[in-house]
Amino acid sequence: MALVATAVVLIPLFYLVVSVLEYGWDAWSGRVFTERVGELAMRSVLLAAVVGAGCLVIGVGLAVLVTRTDLPFRRPIAVLAALPLAVPSYVAGFSWLAVADLWDSSSRFTGFAASALVLTLYTYPYVYLPVAGALVWADRTSEDVARSLGMGPVRTLMTVTLPQIRPAIAGGGLLAVFYALSDFGAVSILRYETFTRAIFTALNAGFNRLGAVSLSVVLLVLTIMILAVEGRFRRAGTGPRLNSPRPSVAARLGAFRIPALLAVLAVLIPAIGVPVTSMARWFTAGVSRPGSVRVVAEAAWGSLSLSLAGALLTVVLALPIGLLIARHPGRMSRLLERLAYVAYALPGVVVGLSLVAFGVAVFGSSYQTPWLLALGYATLFLPLAVAAVAGAAAQAPRRLEEVGQSLGRPRWYVLTRVTLPLTLPGIGTGAALVFLTCMKELPATLMLRPIGTETLATRLWSATTSLRYAEAAPYAVLLVVLAAIPTWVLVRRSGIVAAVAQTSGAQGVSAPAPDGLAPSARDEENVLR
Amino acid sequence: MKSSRRVAVTATAAAFSLALAGCNDSGTDSPDGADVGAEGSGEPVVLYSGRGEDLIQPIIDEFTEQTGIEVEVRYGNTPEMAAQVIQEGDASPADVYLGQDAGSLGAISAEGLFATLPDEILEQVPAEYRAADGSWVGLSGRARVLGYSSASVESSDLPDSIFELTEPEWQGRLGVAPTNASFQSFVTALRVTEGDDVALEWLEGIAGNDPQIYEGNGGIVADLQNDSIDVGLINHYYVYGTAQEEGVEPEDLNVQLHFFTGGDVGGLLNVSGAGLVGEADNEDALALVEFLLGETAQEFFRDDNSEYPVVPDLGQSPHLPALEDLELPDIDLNDLGDLQQTVELISQAGLA
Repeated sequence: MALVATAVVLIPLFYLVVSVLEYGWDAWSGRVFTERVGELAMRSVLLAAVVGAGCLVIGVGLAVLVTRTDLPFRRPIAVLAALPLAVPSYVAGFSWLAVADLWDSSSRFTGFAASALVLTLYTYPYVYLPVAGALVWADRTSEDVARSLGMGPVRTLMTVTLPQIRPAIAGGGLLAVFYALSDFGAVSILRYETFTRAIFTALNAGFNRLGAVSLSVVLLVLTIMILAVEGRFRRAGTGPRLNSPRPSVAARLGAFRIPALLAVLAVLIPAIGVPVTSMARWFTAGVSRPGSVRVVAEAAWGSLSLSLAGALLTVVLALPIGLLIARHPGRMSRLLERLAYVAYALPGVVVGLSLVAFGVAVFGSSYQTPWLLALGYATLFLPLAVAAVAGAAAQAPRRLEEVGQSLGRPRWYVLTRVTLPLTLPGIGTGAALVFLTCMKELPATLMLRPIGTETLATRLWSATTSLRYAEAAPYAVLLVVLAAIPTWVLVRRSGIVAAVAQTSGAQGVSAPAPDGLAPSARDEENVLR
Repeated sequence: MKSSRRVAVTATAAAFSLALAGCNDSGTDSPDGADVGAEGSGEPVVLYSGRGEDLIQPIIDEFTEQTGIEVEVRYGNTPEMAAQVIQEGDASPADVYLGQDAGSLGAISAEGLFATLPDEILEQVPAEYRAADGSWVGLSGRARVLGYSSASVESSDLPDSIFELTEPEWQGRLGVAPTNASFQSFVTALRVTEGDDVALEWLEGIAGNDPQIYEGNGGIVADLQNDSIDVGLINHYYVYGTAQEEGVEPEDLNVQLHFFTGGDVGGLLNVSGAGLVGEADNEDALALVEFLLGETAQEFFRDDNSEYPVVPDLGQSPHLPALEDLELPDIDLNDLGDLQQTVELISQAGLA
């Protein structure tokens, strides 16, 4: 089962290998072993490294401040900090460019620094969410012991707490790094030449796909190398914790309370304010408008239905892989887990082309069904769901399954009656995250959507490429607003808000909602890993 | 017990079908053949359009209204749609491909995926605006121009030839979009007229002049309009889109157009065009191409898009200099298919 599900990710791999064979080694190596490819690789790796580091600093920093300190306005900040996840990178890029133009037109907001800044600001929630979730549900006993032995709060954090949440940090960091590697929207608008951008350019120039394919293979190798390096440093998580969450004793920031708040606002205000400002200006500046409310509603429906199909299919495929990783840890499941990441780091256009080839080969001229796009989403975003399922399943007490089996129930019965219900909350979180990511995806959507179907993202693309910003505005706003809903679900389910409310002592809230949220929220610890 | 599982399964299946049904519905409102117009065979024509929706959809609607033939359009980038058609090959669902420049049309033609168009369609258009082998036909003309910021540049200081743009005078003041198909078509034209060496020399000269690099014409026009750069190599009609968006006359914009004349290759007139994907006997698809060359469509290209009509005797947009005054370079659009070498040179010069 898990092998079959993983095969989805292998479609682009297979496509790349076949294409390379088709063009021959000479043509391929001639394209790859050049100074330019080396330089592009350096640029991409540098960007991914800087964005990854930035995301770790901001994501972990925010998570610690929100869950473990008496930072003012912690509750709204806990929610707002996740919101940048709802902004697609191309919308972010456009927004920053437009607002920077308002400032001073002589100095240009483009290039490496601009790309790194924008990517970091809209990618750090991949770190923030799982780390905050992990902090809320981390085992506090050892921390209490450390404190009682006279260790200061900072030292406790560094030596006792952080190692516990390392899987969440590593997993989130990996997602951020691969996101930066595969992003096209922000770097093309902010004009920083990366590998992904070169792949698009090659496709735009040659049409024969040789350039795009050759470069994609290099990106693939780069991805595998990063996975290998990361794997060597990643230790196993600390396993399921069955203690209930306890109100955390907020560390007093003292004199640092206001500076800490200012630092947080220095991240959140630009990250959220710039897109809002830009969209407001688009609304008011131009004269173009979408054709009708119906056109907008159809695009919204297209986005919602296709993303829903994508999320469902992705989760269905992620289930066997996630369960295998949680229940049968070993070389095989580790390999499958890593494989899930492979297509995630490839640009959407390459995955799109590979699925066109796959769809034509399997279905002929009627290949353009919603299912193929859903399959495309699954190929691209499988690791998001796999991590959620594996995290949840790892937390579901194995004993219950053993009891079931000892009672003579067949395996499928135990699976459907015991394991699945226990894993369900994790599945929900994974689905929300995939759903959100599908809504924002553009290149594969453009290529694979059924003919005549438009989504918010494709309408937005179409309006902005012909400079009709006022027409683009409603699509952009709707896209961000709709994407904010699953983002809100993610925040709720992570248990951050409830825990923060608890420790704030607001009106003596005793515990998060006892049914559903509390036991499920514990499962979120490794959710984004 | 069993029933609750069934409920879950059914609910999941229902959610799927609902989602998927929605995807199908939104695009295909077409009646099922029954009441399609007399000429229609009932099957909708599938059009892959590398042109933006606002530049073509009104004419498609008009076509459907007049003929009763439904058209399903897939919109995308010109090169990406071409790549998709090539990837799909013989199995492509597309009946007609519509591209923004001769290069993409040539690329599909080179793969043997276009049917030969009938003479009565081809002959409506002067030979210079169509494929020599009849595989595609031009629909509208688009001139390469130098856009300039009227706040920063006097029109008398503008260059007569693209070759002047490599001079130190333009250091840091020029915007180009080297990865854009229309720029690449222009460089191909430069190679065709002057040879690869001269083309490379020019590209290196531009690269040495510290230009601003853009993804497409849109960014250049936006920066010219807000005076962030002084001059930029673009297609002429983008400016009219900006005028429409800002609700002013093109003459009142900060960004203005400078046409290269005297046969300078910088004044290349490229075309948008269409080809028949697959079968040559696709009546409805042919009717669509025919319609795009008809008076209604050509006047739309002229009046709404501010492009040059390719069908003679239709006049032209009042915003544009007369075609005969442009003194166009002597270029055969059929020669613009070799993009590989062009891209090599652009990359070699360090522009992409």
